[in-house]
Amino acid sequence: MSQGNESMNESEKNIGGTESVLLNLGPQHPSTHGVFRLRTLLDGEEVVDVEPILGYLHRGSSKLAEERSYTQIITLTDRLDYLAGMSNNLAYISALEKLTDVEPPERARYLRVIMVELMRIASHLMGIGFLINDLGAWITPLMHMFREREKILDLFEMVCGARITFSYMRLGGVSHDLPEGFEKSIAEFLDDFEKKIEEYENLLLGNEIILSRMVGVAPLAGERAINCSITGPNLRASGVDWDLRKQDPYEIYDQLDFSVPLGENGDNWDRMVVRIEEMKESVHILRQCMDKLPQGPYRADTDFFVRPPEGEAYGMVEAPKGELGFYLVSDGSIAPYRMGIRSPSFINLTVLRELCVGWKLADIIVNFGTLDINVGEVDR
Amino acid sequence: MRIFGLGAIKGLVVTLKYLFRPPFTTQYPENKLDISPRFRGNNFVWYEERCTGCSSCAKACPLGIIRIVTHPESHQQVGNDYKIDVFEIDTGRCMFCALCVEACPYDALHMGGDFEKADYVREDLVITTDQLREGTKKPQTQFRPQLEDIGYQGEEELDEHEAGRWSL
Repeated sequence: MSQGNESMNESEKNIGGTESVLLNLGPQHPSTHGVFRLRTLLDGEEVVDVEPILGYLHRGSSKLAEERSYTQIITLTDRLDYLAGMSNNLAYISALEKLTDVEPPERARYLRVIMVELMRIASHLMGIGFLINDLGAWITPLMHMFREREKILDLFEMVCGARITFSYMRLGGVSHDLPEGFEKSIAEFLDDFEKKIEEYENLLLGNEIILSRMVGVAPLAGERAINCSITGPNLRASGVDWDLRKQDPYEIYDQLDFSVPLGENGDNWDRMVVRIEEMKESVHILRQCMDKLPQGPYRADTDFFVRPPEGEAYGMVEAPKGELGFYLVSDGSIAPYRMGIRSPSFINLTVLRELCVGWKLADIIVNFGTLDINVGEVDR
Repeated sequence: MRIFGLGAIKGLVVTLKYLFRPPFTTQYPENKLDISPRFRGNNFVWYEERCTGCSSCAKACPLGIIRIVTHPESHQQVGNDYKIDVFEIDTGRCMFCALCVEACPYDALHMGGDFEKADYVREDLVITTDQLREGTKKPQTQFRPQLEDIGYQGEEELDEHEAGRWSL
């Protein structure tokens, strides 16, 4: 029996004949990070049951992909996890490159890793910022994090001309080389950002209210996290050393020196701290990439309307929210026969119920915030 | 022994420092941020002289919002016998992916810089052929490395000879 069910039975015993209340959190709720509904059953302030109700943002990306050419699908992947478009691009392209056996040049691999790591910082900033916002710190920390994200988006705008919907990766490389002055801008950003992380830590990690709301709240054991197929920072917060960048290195991650930060208890605190530590590692990776960046072509010579041979391929990357996988089936035509998406946010939601049951209503928002889901990716 | 409230005060010191720093934000309608030369904006630049009506852009568009009508007639571009009657872009549905610009083999279509486009009617969002003919020709350097090579920053108007990889 799961942990969640046990605590539910316990709380049912405590009811003592009182009537429980059904409360809908969402779909239009500022703390649900999108159009997302939580059907909660409350006994007083204690949570008896939580049921996530999805589908408000369903756009049918998999089905739309079946009538678009392989290059056009890149624009759809931007819109899955709209806080981490580059990572989605890379996951899709890695599947497509397995399908077509195209090798990107070395410089393209470096450019991809640079973009994906910048994206990881931006996504974690938003994850932590909105979490603290939901905790009641209102807007100040969130605005600090928006400011740093803005600088990252400016870098993306320099490179690919868009701030959210990048469509940057292409089959066999990337769409643009680095513009003039990018090296200087990113070096300035990284120097500045390291100081800003210190500032965040001073601002957040000592605060008694945040500590009391997060330390020891909603722990998730490592074994249970593995059984629920949790991936990404949420899994690593539970102390499980699993990062695709280390376990199944793609692009150039095997040539880079970085560590994978791990938590201990898997409580809300660990889930937040792991994200802050990951941002530091991303800065470390970015510095190495900018030092090692080789010269050469940034894109292999490929067709715009590529026709891969018949077959299937599965490509996965470590996106900011977890393992993001794309499954492509080709029938030899211009468009895929089927595209499946393994989105980390959706699968990370499986533990939401057992994290929340037995805790107070106010804890739901925090537990939900630390999972750092993105509804664009949950509903696809 | 932990003194309760010390962490909160430490945090407040951080916010206090910001009292003496200049603001990071800009007052938008009055002041605008500079956009990058590669920015994918909605003032599409189209050079009729360079366009052969091949419809590569329309085929590349994921949404199918570019409408092109041509009829056979000799035209100024060498080796082309089609004249363009209609070239329309429905920016109301455009997602500014620039695949059309990437696909154009003759450097006739370019992204433009502007990002402010609001209208009361959906039909007004369609950029018509006449608007494309007469609009300001300030192409962005998105997928146009030849413009980056000459140091173009997307600020001055370029004619059909300057914007392409080769002069007509």
